Formats: sequence, structure tokens, C-alpha cells
Amino acid sequence: MPGKPKEKAAPEFVPARHPMEKYLRTERLPHIWCAGCGLGTALSCFLFALDELGWDLDSVAVVSGIGCAGRVAGYVRLDSYHTTHGRALPFATGLKLAKPDLHVVVFSGDGDLFAIGGNHFIHAARRNIDMTVICVNNFNYGMTGGQLGPTTPLEARCTTAPYGNFEPPFNLVYLAASAGATYVARWTTLHARRLQHAMVEALSRKGFTFVEVISPCPTNYGRRNRLGEGLDEMRYYAEHAVIRHGADPKEADIVPGKDFLIGKFVDMEKLTYLEMYRAKVAQLKGKR
Amino acid sequence: MKKTMTGHKAVAEAMRQIEPDVVAVYPITPQSEIAEYYAQYVADGIVHTELVPVESEHSAMSACVGAAAAGARVMTATASQGLALLIEVLYIAAGLRLPIVMALVNRALSAPINIHCDHADAYLARDAGAIQIFAESAQEAYDYMIMAQRIAENERVRLPLIVNLDGFTLSHSVQVVEPLPDEEVKQFVGEFKPVYPLLDVENPATWGPFAMPDYYFELKRAQQAGMETVPEVFLKVQEEYAKLSGRPYKGFFEGYKLEDAERAIVIMGSTAGTAKVVVDELRKKGEKVGLLKVWLWRPFPKEEIVKALSHVAKVAVLDRALSFGNMGALYLDVTSAFVHREERPTFVNYIYGLGGRDTTTEHIEQVFAELDAARPGELRYLGLRE
Repeated sequence: MPGKPKEKAAPEFVPARHPMEKYLRTERLPHIWCAGCGLGTALSCFLFALDELGWDLDSVAVVSGIGCAGRVAGYVRLDSYHTTHGRALPFATGLKLAKPDLHVVVFSGDGDLFAIGGNHFIHAARRNIDMTVICVNNFNYGMTGGQLGPTTPLEARCTTAPYGNFEPPFNLVYLAASAGATYVARWTTLHARRLQHAMVEALSRKGFTFVEVISPCPTNYGRRNRLGEGLDEMRYYAEHAVIRHGADPKEADIVPGKDFLIGKFVDMEKLTYLEMYRAKVAQLKGKR
Repeated sequence: MKKTMTGHKAVAEAMRQIEPDVVAVYPITPQSEIAEYYAQYVADGIVHTELVPVESEHSAMSACVGAAAAGARVMTATASQGLALLIEVLYIAAGLRLPIVMALVNRALSAPINIHCDHADAYLARDAGAIQIFAESAQEAYDYMIMAQRIAENERVRLPLIVNLDGFTLSHSVQVVEPLPDEEVKQFVGEFKPVYPLLDVENPATWGPFAMPDYYFELKRAQQAGMETVPEVFLKVQEEYAKLSGRPYKGFFEGYKLEDAERAIVIMGSTAGTAKVVVDELRKKGEKVGLLKVWLWRPFPKEEIVKALSHVAKVAVLDRALSFGNMGALYLDVTSAFVHREERPTFVNYIYGLGGRDTTTEHIEQVFAELDAARPGELRYLGLRE
């Protein structure tokens, strides 16, 4: 309209693209994770790791359980399955046995993998099923509002432990190692490059491989334990995470306020379930 | 005194006043808040309950069974997949005649995963041997949690009891609830009297041993006898509670403008509230419509429902879950109650609100509008895109 001053056009908002967008179901985005949560970093590291490996994506399947981490199965542009609570490992086991050439990855949380699904974890590790388990550990049931879980540290506060937890938690590194995992690493979401490298290693190793990802949960665990924003939790990791490769898994306990170990704890080779099964079949056939 | 609170808070308040000896729970949407409120009461020393934050619902019900057999008053709460996981042990609670009271915050079952309300979880537990009650409101959930103790613990009943409340619709919405004073609830519920408690070391007992073809059948018949006692106990407890609370609880179901109704809806849970609004509106226009809202679903009050519906010409039974391959379970209950009756309405079955699909007053109006023309015995879907 003549005579009227022109309104300054607002700069067009261009959302930043994820560098690994080709592996994401962008139609499912935005994701549901809270600001400051470590799951985005953990997922990005996984996608970068996949990219680095250069595998045919048709040979990769991702299986998740229930909870915040369970959403990963819905976000990756891969064959994926979102199981019921705790059942990611049995599903993945079936998948691997039916299609041994598949790279099977279980991406889930501490509550799903070690409480309701804990039994499956020790048996999958014991059998040395050739698969990779990525466990994003945020020390509580984040999705349902922050209840006490199997990794909640002593004295930490949760909705169901409002004055501090008195149940001893699992040391996941020690548990995985003692149950028979052939590769065990722990990193935090601060150590993104090393986490990505650990994922590359875990994915390319034979056998039951395990990567624990220590992750902030500012909305629930962080807030109740006065750990600040996601960034503050990252600072905490910078101050307290001590890299010590090859450390005794027994020493990998996590105690709030104290230094904790990260790095690669186990890296070994042993016969997988399918190798032992095939050897048994060959042995029996040889007898005939 | 009237207060405002969510359905979860109402259930947790009832639990606080009852103060069971043991509560074993595992988080699940939408139930988790009940456990959180209760954990706070325990942590603050308001109740002297042992709270066991177990590692799964299967463990929750197992811990409940152990504690109840030991001689404790026991409660838990769950929803959906949690119910599905613990159902193995729910059958055991019923078989062992353990009066465990459980709030079931109704949610659809996977797959696909869905966190919103329908009654598939309650329907899954239909044949487990638990008494099942449905609440329409937070107030009813509160009231029936308290009545539940007396019904379940009656020495002739001794069965697990589920109080159903619709996930989110009741569990998370803030409503007006009038709790009773703590002392009145404590007195109403009374001391828990364990039967053959394991902790009574002077009188050792064994729970859950083998019963082969020689005894199993008789024990199952005895369980049914326990169920058959429920109606009588239910009415007695309800009458006493109605007197105490001043609330109009009378009977196994609520008949709403049913006496002279020509067309009626039979329904369970919170959607009864929506239906009442429609009944009122249609009544204003002179239409003779009514509603039957089921409180006690298991055991199913056949005779009374027949009496209440015999004069109605057309009945729509609304089920919030499918019994795949057949009609809705409530429809089957209602129609089978009429099987030997000459005088009976014509029935239509509607499946509604699966996975939290909204059921609005327009939907209920649609049911009443279609009822005359509907083919008897037809299975219809309300609010479905087809």
C-alpha cells in the first residue's frame, strides 16, 4: 500500500538439519526427548558409528524396549522393532538366530534392560549371542516420571525414594563383564567422539558387546538431585569421569559426588552362541 | 470435606487411610503416580506400610502374594501391559484365595503401543478369578477402594479385587472428591484378619502345593463358591458404606432414568458420565431413554440386570474393548443373562473408545438415534473411521 512504511520481513527460520538425517525418520520428528537429555547425543553417536562402518543398512536391525530410550526404534530409518517392556533382548535373540547375517543392535535404557528385562540380559550375555547392546543409563525411570530403578545410586532421590535411595544399585560394567560380555565400554554423552568410537568397536566385534552411555536426565533425575541443567551434568562428567581403559569392572561403581570410571573395560574374543551351536551340529553329524 | 484431586490422588488417599501392611508396585503409565504418592506417604512416616519398589509387575504381584500369604493386608496398582505381565500371578492370588486389592488404571494393550484408555486390560483379567469393579469418577474410585477391602477380605470371599478407573480420563483429571475422615475409614475397614498366615509359626501351613486331578477340580469349584458369595457381601458392605458416606450407592449397577426407558445404554467406566448428559438432553425432548452403568462386573449380576432391563425395548451395550472373533465381553454377559427369558429387549453391541479415541455426547446421541433401526445382534463401532 503506498505511503505506508514497509514492515521488515522476519528472517526466515531454517531449522538446522541433522548431519545424519539420512538415517532418521524425519517424519517422526521432533522427538519427544527433553531439553538437555543425553539420548539425542547417544543416538547421534550411533548414527555416526553406522556411517563410519558403512554397512548396508538392510543388514542392520535396531530393537528397543520401553521408556525414553525405547523411542530410538521409532526414529531410525532402519528395520526396527519396539518391544514390550524388558523384552528387547529376547526379541533380538530370535532375530539374530533366524537371520544370523543381520547386525542386531539393542538400544534401550537401564530400567528396561536391567529391571524388568534383567534376566534376559544375563542370559544373552552368558550365551554370547552376537549382538550389540547400547544402554543409555539415566539412573531412573525417566519416561514414567522419575521412579527408583536398578541403577539409581545410593542416597539419590527419586519420586519413589523421596529422601534418598537405600537399595544398592547395579554396576552395569561389572554385571555385563561377569555375565560374559566380550566387549564392555562405558562413556558419557560428554565424550561423544569416544562414545562413537566405542560403538564402532562394539558393533564390529563378534559376540555379545555392551556399551553403557551415562546420560543426563535434567527433567527427572537431575532436577530431583539438584544436578542443574543438562549442561551442568556434562560439566559434572568433565570433572568426575576418569578414563581408565582395562580397569577392573568391580571398580566401576557410580557414587554421586565421587569420581567414576569410564573407558573400555573388556575386549576379548570367544566363541559365539551360533558358532558353538554349529560346532555341536558338525560334531553330531561327524558321529553318524 | 470436599476437595479437588485427580483420580490417582483419590486412590492414593484411600490407600493412605486404609494403610495396608505391604504395597508392591512398579511404574507404568498411567498408573505411576499412585505409587509416587504412596511412596511419599511411606517416606514421610504418614503410613507404616512396607513399600517394595520391585523390578517388574510380575514381581509386584508375586511380592503381594508372598506378603498376603504371610498374613498382611496388601495392595498394588498397575495398568495395561503391567496387568498383562502380572496376570500369571493374579490367577495364583485368586487360587490361593488372597484378598489383594489392586487399582487398575485402564489403558489399551499393545500392539501397537498406546498409553490411553480402553478396557482391554480389565477384559484380559476377566477370567482370572478376581472381583472387578468399575468406577465412573474419582469419587467412585476412592469409595470402591475402601469398600474393596471389606468385600475381598470377607472370610467367605477371600479373593483378589480390581478397582478399574479409566486411564487419564479419571486418573489425571482433577475432580471434586469428598474423602471420609481418616478415623471413619479405619473403623470401616477394620483390622485385617489373616487366614492361615505363614508367619504364624505355631501353626505351620503350606500354600500353593500340587493339586493333581484328585483335588484341583474341587478347589476351583470352591473358588467359584467364593465368587458366588460376593453379591451378598457386596450389597451389605455397600449399604453400610452408603450410610457412612451419605452417597447413594445401592446395587450392583446404577440405573439412570431407567425405570420407564424404552431405549437404554449399558456401559462401564467414565463414559457413563458423558452418556448421562445425553440421557438428560433427550429426556428434555421427551425421549424415553436411560442408562445402566455397571459397577460390579465380576461376578456378573445376571438376575438383577435382567430385572432392570426386561421392560426396555432396545438396548445398546457399549464395550471399550473387543473380544476378537466375537462381540464385546459386556455384550455377551448382558445378552447371555437373557438367554432363557421370553421377555427381552433387542440388543446391539457398540465398540467404542479403543486406544483412547474420544467418545463425545454426539457419539452417544448417535447410538440412541440409530438404536431403533439397528439390526438386532449387530456389532457396530463408535467413532471409528471406516
